Amino acid sequence: MNDKPIIRIKNAVKTFGTVQALRGVDLEIKQGEVVLIIGPSGSGKSTLLRSVNRLETLTAGEIRVDEDSVTDRNSDIRKIREEVGMVFQSFNLFSHLNVLENITMAPLTVKNVTKKEAAETARKLLKRVGLADKETAYPNQLSGGQQQRVAIARSLAMNPRVMLFDEPTSALDPEMIKEVLDVMLDLAKEGMTMMVVSHEMGFARAAADRVIFMDEGLIVEEGTPGDIFSNPQEPRTKRFLEHIL
Amino acid sequence: MAEIKSSRIEVSDGALIPDKGEHSLFSAWRLAFFGAIGVLILLPVLSPDPYLDIIKFIPDGILKTFEVTVLSIIFAMIIGLFTGLGRISRITFINRLATIYVEVVRGIPLLVQLFYIYYALGKMVQLPRLTSAVVAMSFCYGAYLGEIFRAGLQAIPKGQMEAALALGLSRSQAIRKIILPQTFKVIMPPVGNEFIALLKDSSLVSILAVSDLLRRGREFASTSFRYFETYTVIALIYLVITLFLSKLVALMEERMQHHER
Repeated sequence: MNDKPIIRIKNAVKTFGTVQALRGVDLEIKQGEVVLIIGPSGSGKSTLLRSVNRLETLTAGEIRVDEDSVTDRNSDIRKIREEVGMVFQSFNLFSHLNVLENITMAPLTVKNVTKKEAAETARKLLKRVGLADKETAYPNQLSGGQQQRVAIARSLAMNPRVMLFDEPTSALDPEMIKEVLDVMLDLAKEGMTMMVVSHEMGFARAAADRVIFMDEGLIVEEGTPGDIFSNPQEPRTKRFLEHIL
Repeated sequence: MAEIKSSRIEVSDGALIPDKGEHSLFSAWRLAFFGAIGVLILLPVLSPDPYLDIIKFIPDGILKTFEVTVLSIIFAMIIGLFTGLGRISRITFINRLATIYVEVVRGIPLLVQLFYIYYALGKMVQLPRLTSAVVAMSFCYGAYLGEIFRAGLQAIPKGQMEAALALGLSRSQAIRKIILPQTFKVIMPPVGNEFIALLKDSSLVSILAVSDLLRRGREFASTSFRYFETYTVIALIYLVITLFLSKLVALMEERMQHHER
């Protein structure tokens, strides 16, 4: 990890009608850092994550990935999105494409790679997530855990510098959570910059450099996993942790 | 975020006989279909005059009916695709334009539209009869298919578009590569039903003297004065064709549901 921040969020504000999802969030994430965001539902954590690749457009404030502004209407958001992978709660694999096609689709469409190169990369990634034998399967033939691992491989195929995880294990049966977390742990060890919305304490303790607790659109408290889980300072953090532990 | 789990959409155009629950030997579909074919075979055998002459006279009309139907559905699909995309467009002007088109077309009877394009607009540009017929039918069914495309596009979970955008695809690339292929799959059965409806409605073009199935029947009846016999045969032929196509659509629907499981 070096000290250069790769994601810089300044005074992020987002309103949906009369609801204030984000009320001025400041956050910097360094290259190679793994940051876990926790908080009750409606605290704005997913909105914050989705603002980083502009799936949500901020009402006010600024977000930069490296030097590129995400929030500037004139910047080439597609270029930024190539650098920022995203994994969703509901996997969102392309249901009409098989596993290999799911992974090669974006590189073939967006990047200048040959079919052969794309397939090679995809196979390497499938091996890495432990699904080398599933390349011709369709999403509906896979378990949730397998789908999520394919989704991670699909994101990695674009060779991103940052990965966003939006509750990646919330839709999974308990016995499948571990296989997905293991892949995420490997990624963290390899030095990927990760921003993860999740309540997986085990993953946090094993891999997170920082845990951020959000409530009502603001960052309430942040610190190392040890600090936050064992010794929270804010009453709101304490109350929340009592509920989920 | 609520997501639509099943991508099946219902667009009904009236009763279709095929019913998946009905597997008995004497299902309504079998009775109607084989009954009609039986009568169509028996009549010319038992009474060659005039039935054999009628049946010899008709085939050109069947071909013409299919020509009008197939051409119209192709153009209607193209119009429907753009109308459906327009209906979900975020650009207000395009959205309004598509919506107005749908409302206007759905509010005017097809027969009136046919008259309008051939006779009223014919004052300015006189299109050939067959072309007028195809233009009117495509224009009309383009609106209906536009609604099917809209429903189909909206049936695709939002996450598909988000995942594509997050990977760096442009909105139009995402629509072409991710959304439309899935939409086409979902809308196949309702489009099949529209095809059947269009085929039946194509009998209206006979008023423009396009020699379709009904027109051929009229020609035969008006020279032979065998009205009852001629129109009995015409009705039976329409029935056999539409029942056959309904069965195809039902099978398609069944296969699609099977795939989802």
